[in-house]
Amino acid sequence: MKLITAIIKPFKLDEVREALSTIGVQGITVTEVKGFGRQKGHTELYRGAEYVVDFLPKVKLEAAVSEDLVERVIEAIEASARTGKIGDGKIFVFDLEQVVRIRTGETGQDAL
Amino acid sequence: MKRTFSTLLLAAVLGLGAWLPAAAQDKAPATLSTTVATTASGTPLVMAQADDAKSAEAKPTAAPDSATVKAEAAPDAPAADAAAAPPVPNKGDTAWMIVATVLVILMTIPGLALFYGGLVRAKNMLSILMQTMMIFAVVTVLWVIYGYPLAFGGDGMFYGTLDKLFLKGITPDSVAATFSKGVYIPELIFVAFQCTFAAITPILIIGAFAERIKFSAALLFCVLWFTFSYLPIAHMVWYWAGPDAITDAATLEAVTANAGYLWAKGALDFAGGTVVHINAGVAGLVGAFMLGKRLGYGREAMAPHSLAFTMIGASLLWVGWFGFNVGSNLEANGVAALAFVNTFVATAAATVAWSFAEWMSKGKPSMLGAASGAVAGLVAITPACGFVGPMGAIVIGLLAGVVCLWGVNGLKRLLGADDSLDVFGVHGLGGILGALLTGVFASPSLGGTGVFNYVTNAVSPDYVILDQVWIQAQAVGTTIIWSGVVSVIAYKLVDVVVGLRVSEDEEREGLDISSHGESAYHS
Repeated sequence: MKLITAIIKPFKLDEVREALSTIGVQGITVTEVKGFGRQKGHTELYRGAEYVVDFLPKVKLEAAVSEDLVERVIEAIEASARTGKIGDGKIFVFDLEQVVRIRTGETGQDAL
Repeated sequence: MKRTFSTLLLAAVLGLGAWLPAAAQDKAPATLSTTVATTASGTPLVMAQADDAKSAEAKPTAAPDSATVKAEAAPDAPAADAAAAPPVPNKGDTAWMIVATVLVILMTIPGLALFYGGLVRAKNMLSILMQTMMIFAVVTVLWVIYGYPLAFGGDGMFYGTLDKLFLKGITPDSVAATFSKGVYIPELIFVAFQCTFAAITPILIIGAFAERIKFSAALLFCVLWFTFSYLPIAHMVWYWAGPDAITDAATLEAVTANAGYLWAKGALDFAGGTVVHINAGVAGLVGAFMLGKRLGYGREAMAPHSLAFTMIGASLLWVGWFGFNVGSNLEANGVAALAFVNTFVATAAATVAWSFAEWMSKGKPSMLGAASGAVAGLVAITPACGFVGPMGAIVIGLLAGVVCLWGVNGLKRLLGADDSLDVFGVHGLGGILGALLTGVFASPSLGGTGVFNYVTNAVSPDYVILDQVWIQAQAVGTTIIWSGVVSVIAYKLVDVVVGLRVSEDEEREGLDISSHGESAYHS
């Protein structure tokens, strides 16, 4: 089992969710986050005060998937979240030791 | 310390409350005679803000107005009795003044509160709203206790008298003079209208020390400043006995001798350029210096948390300002219409000027710039609105937009004070500009109304722009020095008694939680 975490542009969230549903991902968790990477921030000007905003709003999504789905999930996110411009985000893949479905007590593959 | 202060305050208020009815009863009979004596003695009871000039415009309509008053009175009594009957205010004027008063309340709460509130960080939103509401309420109570008497309740150079303490002797039948002979409004609505001015002015100041002042310090300072700066300046600029007594050079001299110091000099301030805006702007600047900068000023981002609120606030200010400026005419007549149009177009011109100047110099026209430009225009046209023509108003507005944009940029850096919400850059500077330009554009040669002469009952034929600008400059200088000195002393005093600033931890946490125990927003 793998945990796939992706940082994407906020307006791409719907497309990514659709792409993941299509290939059979059962659920994802989404968080609004801020961060910086190679994409530069922007400058805001309020009367005489100028502020450089380094942290840009992004969306972080997490999906726990079985080994056989990993490659397709990565491809689906890549394809649906890409704009080709700087700031499209990144995908991280982690090993996942255990999963428990709280309602039934199922564990491992069954709980995905 | 905090607790001690509030306890003292409460005790003081309660004590005053207990003493008030007794005192009012004691002297009630005496005051009654003074008030009603208005017509008998030939001296109008109350004054109103204005100078000879102001009534210039008032005059054309004065004839029809007084005719109406007499027509209403006539059916009730034979002609012989009519002369002795107490003056009857015109219902149209009265209705307008009630509406104007409500409009000024609207521009204060919520107008000014939202304009300022949107400009601070989310953690300080409620502190601004709370300071606005509380200062408004405290000053309103103080106004009817001793504010109105000291500002408008009698002759004197710098202060009125305490004859009308607790509004003694003011009844529904009492009338206040306007700028037209024989035209009056109920004194009680004049009290209320002027109360809104007294209440909004200290609230303008809080923008300068926002996000770091103790709540008790803000209240205490505003009470001191209201008492020792607002009341005397209002009296100096606006107090006179009214036009009725003026029939020849000698009576004019008598009325002038008893009027406020700056009114007697001939300073023109239709709705409060000196009394409200320069007065508050200077107090704000002094406060910004004396409290010091906010933690992290210049290093951390202190961006406004909601420019949407700021836009709503600025728009409510614009709407409410029609009550402020047009109501200052005290009559619903042609000059009122002039003040209305001027308030309208000068503000529009300033909005355009600020936005385009910002667009050209900074690359983008901002919503905050447009809102700030509108307020700058409103400030600058305030002293001029009943004296200048609409084209003069446009010039004043355009200049205000550009000058105040500089006020919040170049001048602010030059001064080096952390005037959080630019009270001096907009209100101080805009007020000074407007006060001086009033002297220029009031000239009949530039489309203004000129100065009205109550002896000849016509506009004075000789208007010298430079002379008037010099008089205006003296009024500006007097206000700056007076407010500056009172502010320094008042801040010092407050610092000794309760302390000016919250602790560093409290400031970091935000005043909403640390001073008021609540949050504006919950996610």
